[in-house]
Amino acid sequence: MSLSNADDIALSEISATGPQPPLPKAGLVGRSPGQQAWARLRRDRVATVSGAVLILFVVVALAAPLIQRLYGVGPQQQFQDALDGLGMPLGYAGGITGGHWFGLEPGLGRDIFIRMVYGLRTSLVIAVAAAVITTLIGVAAGVLAGYLGGWVGAVIGWVTDFALAMPFLVVALALVPTVTLRFYGPRQAEPAVFRAGLLIVVFAVFGWTGAARLVRGQIVSLREREFVEAARASGVGLGHMLFRQLLPNTWAPILVSFSLAVPSYVTGEAVLSFLGIGIVDPTPDFGAMIYRSIDYLQTDPTYVFFPGVTIFLLVLAFNLFGDSLRDALDPKSSR
Amino acid sequence: MLRFLVKRLLSAILVLLAVSVLSFLMFFALPRDPVTAMCPKNCDAQRLERVRQELGLSDPLYQQYVGYMKGIFVGRDLNSAQGGHCDAPCLGYSYVNSEPVTHTLTRVLPVTLSIVIPAAVLWFGLGVGLGMTSALRRGTLLDRLAIGFSLTGASLQLYFVGAVLLLVFSYTLHVVPVPHYTSILVDPLRWADGLVLAWVTLAFLFCAIYARLSRAQMVETLSEDFVRTARAKGLPRSTVYGRHALRAAITPLITIAGMDVGAALGGTVVTETTFGLQGLGRTAWDAVREGDLPTIMATVLIAAVFIVVANIVVDVLYAAIDPRVRLR
Amino acid sequence: MTPRQRRPEPDPDDSGAATPDGDSKATGDSQTTGDSRPAPLLAVEGLTRHFVARRGPRTHSIVRAVDGIDFDVRPGETLGLVGESGCGKTTTGRMLVRLLEPTSGRISFDGQDITHLRGRALRPLRRQLQIIFQDPYSSLNPRHTVGEIVAIPLRVNGVRPPGGITRRVRDLLEIVGLNPEHYNRYPHEFSGGQRQRVGIARALALRPKLIVADEPVSALDVSIQAQVVNLLRQLQRDLGLAFLFIAHDLAVVRHFSHRVAVMYLGRIVEIGARDDIYRNPQHPYTRALLSAVPDVARIGAPPARIRLTGDVSSSLEAESGCRFRGRCWKAQDLCATREPALAHRDGGAQLTACHFPESGPPR
Repeated sequence: MSLSNADDIALSEISATGPQPPLPKAGLVGRSPGQQAWARLRRDRVATVSGAVLILFVVVALAAPLIQRLYGVGPQQQFQDALDGLGMPLGYAGGITGGHWFGLEPGLGRDIFIRMVYGLRTSLVIAVAAAVITTLIGVAAGVLAGYLGGWVGAVIGWVTDFALAMPFLVVALALVPTVTLRFYGPRQAEPAVFRAGLLIVVFAVFGWTGAARLVRGQIVSLREREFVEAARASGVGLGHMLFRQLLPNTWAPILVSFSLAVPSYVTGEAVLSFLGIGIVDPTPDFGAMIYRSIDYLQTDPTYVFFPGVTIFLLVLAFNLFGDSLRDALDPKSSR
Repeated sequence: MLRFLVKRLLSAILVLLAVSVLSFLMFFALPRDPVTAMCPKNCDAQRLERVRQELGLSDPLYQQYVGYMKGIFVGRDLNSAQGGHCDAPCLGYSYVNSEPVTHTLTRVLPVTLSIVIPAAVLWFGLGVGLGMTSALRRGTLLDRLAIGFSLTGASLQLYFVGAVLLLVFSYTLHVVPVPHYTSILVDPLRWADGLVLAWVTLAFLFCAIYARLSRAQMVETLSEDFVRTARAKGLPRSTVYGRHALRAAITPLITIAGMDVGAALGGTVVTETTFGLQGLGRTAWDAVREGDLPTIMATVLIAAVFIVVANIVVDVLYAAIDPRVRLR
Repeated sequence: MTPRQRRPEPDPDDSGAATPDGDSKATGDSQTTGDSRPAPLLAVEGLTRHFVARRGPRTHSIVRAVDGIDFDVRPGETLGLVGESGCGKTTTGRMLVRLLEPTSGRISFDGQDITHLRGRALRPLRRQLQIIFQDPYSSLNPRHTVGEIVAIPLRVNGVRPPGGITRRVRDLLEIVGLNPEHYNRYPHEFSGGQRQRVGIARALALRPKLIVADEPVSALDVSIQAQVVNLLRQLQRDLGLAFLFIAHDLAVVRHFSHRVAVMYLGRIVEIGARDDIYRNPQHPYTRALLSAVPDVARIGAPPARIRLTGDVSSSLEAESGCRFRGRCWKAQDLCATREPALAHRDGGAQLTACHFPESGPPR
């Protein structure tokens, strides 16, 4: 049963049956759906601009120590002599000078700009880590529930319902101090890393349900497609089925949900700081900064302005980029 | 339909039971001593020991849990220091507030309801209206403005907007009073006057999100075959959009709205804190700061009940609108 | 409806004289005589698949999608399986390649009982028994290049062909008439017919002995259908493949099959050599199906089409008697009480499940 001698016969028969429709493009390496999406994304001006803004934010966050060296001021440095007797910064607009671009914090007199740079780093690390973990958990749960169905699906669905029924803020409010106390007693100072890790865990526990539902829905609809049956008929194992056949077809919505999850964790972390269970001073953090600044809304609006506007820009850039990404990955659903 | 409802209810009860067990474990089993937590001031060692005895904290954990759950459904007898018998929805006694938790809740619950329900009506009506209109007038100036508005709103922070509105309208312009709560039964005008800032803030942010969602939904629905068919068979534009498309586009929005309202009723912690209104969320926050375990536990349970009930309402509504759901 | 291009025979009425290809004549002859045939490659006995359909809280009914069918396929032959949609032919195909678990019955392949093989034990079978799917758009994973798609069966089954997997995949693409240089292209860059060729290459990759072709051309344009059917015939001739060819289009089946089985509501109502079925259909349902095939030779002649009245009686309820009786113009009381067995009737060479068979060429 040799195939080779059949080649020329088959070929002659095929060519006799008529010309084949021309392929869309010349060149022998095709463009994958991902490459097409990338090309669309690069043509989208909103995506380019918001993407550039995001890259700028990330670079600033990563380069914080370098910026500190160039700027010449550290995040913990206090400039008490630039404050008046009530602890308010001297000069106009919250103490903006050539040395302090965004002015000084009332009270402690720390430089707002360099604290924002470091705060950006804390916020982004927490948000990205939380988004990565929730996406991973959500994808795993969603894939298993969607592909296996049956009792596995029922259990995962029920756990999802349960996680959704827990009131996030109240539980977080109650949980964070309790857990902290358990590990570090009432008088012991907890390291900043611990609190950051705890926040990530809290987000992970509550945040995975969205991704799980999304992926489950995707997998359930993919499961009906014939290529899945074809793979089964070829004898592929569960691992190959999940990782090579199903998941590659869900990464588009997963990517979009990830890109929208990051800003939601940035703001979520700010909310927790606002409620007093976020990152604790003196660690620089965006959310904590906004939380403290709100009290100075009347007396020192500059203090509120810079962190507030920056977090708005950050979240806006993420949202715009997420939307563009969705359009690029699924051109049908756009505009 | 009945079968669907029963199944849904059973699963909801199971979820609530799990929430109660887990939060009970979380708050009462974690090493922070509940007694010191419940009696933070003026408690000498002797009194602490007595309280411990009275509360039955030396009992095994499951007995405590059973006692707690019994209190919710049939009431239970607390000792005299806690006001003696505690009637059916008994959620324990708060040493911090010196009253049964149920009393605290009946006082603060109307505040949260008064904030959330009018705000939800506002945000859903405005948001969906705006989204649908801009979907029907795609590419016009109105559409662009709506997109800009919804993107801005979706990227803004509640406490930030709230603080700014408070500064501008209350402290500077004196257009509205500093937010406060008066019962609607006492004086409806003062009620509305005191809460309008909270409503506007919540409605502004949520309305933006709903406008975004409903625009996307409507745009997708308008491209579906059944809408084209309806247009092609000569139905008037208003019937097609108003009856056919709107109905299809609005169902997923109802789901999201139900979940949002459920979550919001469980405690608009940030709103209440920003505007200094003593609702459920603020109460939970205070309870956490003061280590008032019975109150924390109660707020978690109430919030979970709201979320679960909202989910059931949404599911039933959904099943009523879309019969296919029932078959699942 | 039915394209002329698909049929190279000058006159369908005369197609008995013009067999599709040379060697099928020999096979066809040997089939009718029965005993001299080689041992079956695939043998199916009493194959049944029921689905449970829930209707309410307590009432659930059983859909007998496939309800006890027997047939076999010999090495190198094509069995055409025809019937209208919903008659269970796709379910049958899925059970044969073990994508669906049979409710009861027995499938044996090459003498081995494969009805309930699972997991690892199924591997060797997968290599010999492959499937081609109906929809060339959903049967190829959009995220894989066609090279990967064809290579996956080789990889997961640990096949190491001489010259490497890439070499073999290129050969396969060439065999099915695709440019092997298009190895790195994605399915969306191909037309429907080309995609179906990729699906065929994937099925061929493991060098199977039998391919279940589940309506492989019904999703394609008529002009492409002929190309793909010709390709399948070519492969059969060159590689000695056996096919179970599932279709609802009788013209395509006639063109490609040595033997034909007609299914109606989960049962085989008539099975036999192609020419016997097409020239002397005995079951009223077969006659009705054949009369629906448009025919150029009859243009202008009075319409001879048998119009079936009534609906496909639902197979939800267990029925007694002949399943076709509700739509049959010859039905009598007997048909309601006794289900006709598949047997030689009125001296026909084929097996027919009808109490009152017809005879003679189709109208």
